[in-house]
Amino acid sequence: MSDPIIKVEGVSKSYGGVKANVDITMGVERGSITGIIGPNGCGKTTLFNSIVGYHPIDSGSIQFDGQEISHLLVGDIARLGMLRTFQQTRIYGKMNCVDNMQISVSHRGDSKFSMFASRKGEIKDRAEHLLEFVGLYSKRNLISGDLSFGQQKLLEFAMALMNEPKVLLLDEPTAGINPTLINGLIDRLRRANEELGITLCVIEHNMRVIMNLASHIYCLANGRMLANGTPEELQNDQRVIDAYLGGH
Amino acid sequence: MSMTRDTKVTYGLLALFGIFGPILFPDYTLSIAYLWMMVLMASTWDTLGGQMGYNSLGNITFFGVGMYVSAIVQVSFFYEGGVAEYTSAMGSIKPEFTPAEYFWGLGLGILAAGVVGLVLSVIFSSFMFGLRGPYFAIGSLGLAIAVAEVTITIDYVGGASGISMPLFPGDIEFRSTFFYILCFVLTIISHFLLRWLYSTQFGLAINAIRDDEDKAEAMGIPTLAYKRIGWAIPAFFMGCIGAVAGNMAGFIDKEVAYPIPTFGIFMVAMALLGGKGTLWGPVLGAIIFHVIKEATWTYLLNLQWVALGLILIINIVYFQQGIMGWLQTKYPERFGIVVDTSTVTDADGKEAA
Ligand SMILES: Nc1ncnc2c1ncn2[C@@H]1O[C@H](COP(=O)(O)OP(=O)(O)OP(=O)(O)O)[C@@H](O)[C@H]1O
Ligand SMILES: [Mg+2]
Repeated sequence: MSDPIIKVEGVSKSYGGVKANVDITMGVERGSITGIIGPNGCGKTTLFNSIVGYHPIDSGSIQFDGQEISHLLVGDIARLGMLRTFQQTRIYGKMNCVDNMQISVSHRGDSKFSMFASRKGEIKDRAEHLLEFVGLYSKRNLISGDLSFGQQKLLEFAMALMNEPKVLLLDEPTAGINPTLINGLIDRLRRANEELGITLCVIEHNMRVIMNLASHIYCLANGRMLANGTPEELQNDQRVIDAYLGGH
Repeated sequence: MSMTRDTKVTYGLLALFGIFGPILFPDYTLSIAYLWMMVLMASTWDTLGGQMGYNSLGNITFFGVGMYVSAIVQVSFFYEGGVAEYTSAMGSIKPEFTPAEYFWGLGLGILAAGVVGLVLSVIFSSFMFGLRGPYFAIGSLGLAIAVAEVTITIDYVGGASGISMPLFPGDIEFRSTFFYILCFVLTIISHFLLRWLYSTQFGLAINAIRDDEDKAEAMGIPTLAYKRIGWAIPAFFMGCIGAVAGNMAGFIDKEVAYPIPTFGIFMVAMALLGGKGTLWGPVLGAIIFHVIKEATWTYLLNLQWVALGLILIINIVYFQQGIMGWLQTKYPERFGIVVDTSTVTDADGKEAA
């Protein structure tokens, strides 16, 4: 790996007796789309939580953009430019879509954000533009909690883009999305990566999606790193087939 | 600030009432002054409670502290004997303040009350915002009770026997009018400050904290900074209005300064009745609540508490979103809430639907 923006080295995390992550080492190349796959309960979400500072890790090191971040808190890491979306989808349910978008602007030091900024002009235009990008423009004035689960998922993705992060960690972005919409979503993820220059790291159970999207994939099993490589390499890796792909 | 016609008419009517009410009904001047005070309390409570979702039962703390701070400032600035001598005489010392001394003292007192309230809220913020939901509510109530108890142990401010406030240099009618104007003006200032704040990113940030604080944190919103400001604003205004209320009462002690079971609860009840989390809900709630309270006081003396309790029960059981919330769901267009715009087409509209 020539230029990793995220570097995870020897990270372990257990919940009481459950060893959710054991000695995980991985990297995410700057500008890439990297995938993470593995059976249910193998520790994918736990790894995301460790990276974004949601909980302290037991041992190991995590670097973002050359800086050690394993001791930082969620908010600090977000303000460095690394965001995550949630497997369960989290939005501000009593606010309408445009408001959800407008409050998702970046809070990084170099941004123009101000606590008491007006909500007209540039911020609003960008909010509406991104809602259009994910196909929610006509829903923009609806209370976001009234949207369907799939629509909320799209809104959460748009909110993350509004923040202009350097890296976006997506926890199962296509779960609950209508199969006919999935191609559109893959296309949008790719455009976010290419046009907006956001590095993506994607947890995904949908093999068609992840094999299409990612240039490099990591496979976890039982909390350990089982294998990694290009989609083709993983599809032909006997250990991955045994642990995960077997049924396909 | 852009306003709809409804809003302009509402402001016009309120202004007419605020200006001509006391002229037409001079006997009710102080009652209307209390009405504005309730509007201020409910509206500023709602910043933290309604807009940010932290249901404080302790905002009355700043009211009481403000009252005492103002008393100290008013006495210490112009009475040579000092505060301790003044309070230990238990009201038998009546210094002759000139009008200029009195009004300067009062002005500085109100300002100091606001500032001390604000500083106190920032101190509270450092440990209170670790609590969420009912724990924050009960914790803040505990703060109010604790501060009230501590106050009466301080002999410097008269201990349990309280403080007689400096005498107003003017006749009783002028006195009522003067305090009326103070209450009205403070309420107007707080209202327009909140109106502006809610129109900025600040308004959305505190709403986001209310809806999902962990998500807000994960999106990089500096939540603690917002929460601090979200409490500092009510604390400042509660301090100021406490200073005014202390002078209106003429005598302050624990009961006057920390009316936890009355004003402390009323401000929450009024915001819930009118509709929490809206700019106008607490205003409407305060007006209705005050009118009912005064009317039942006059006509149903013994049943006043029963009547108020009944309203609260109906509110909580049948109208949880309050009057404004109910109106907004019933007549969304009147509030500029566009539910759907089928006229505007976008490329993926059908797809996402
Ligand atoms: N907060 C927690 N407390 C205790 N155990 C937990 C907690 N979170 C996760 N675990 C356990 O850690 C293990 C890994 O969970 P994790 O959520 O990381 O799996 P996952 O790979 O994301 O699975 P899925 O594909 O189902 O989302 C599981 O055994 C789970 O039960
Ligand atoms: Mg998971």
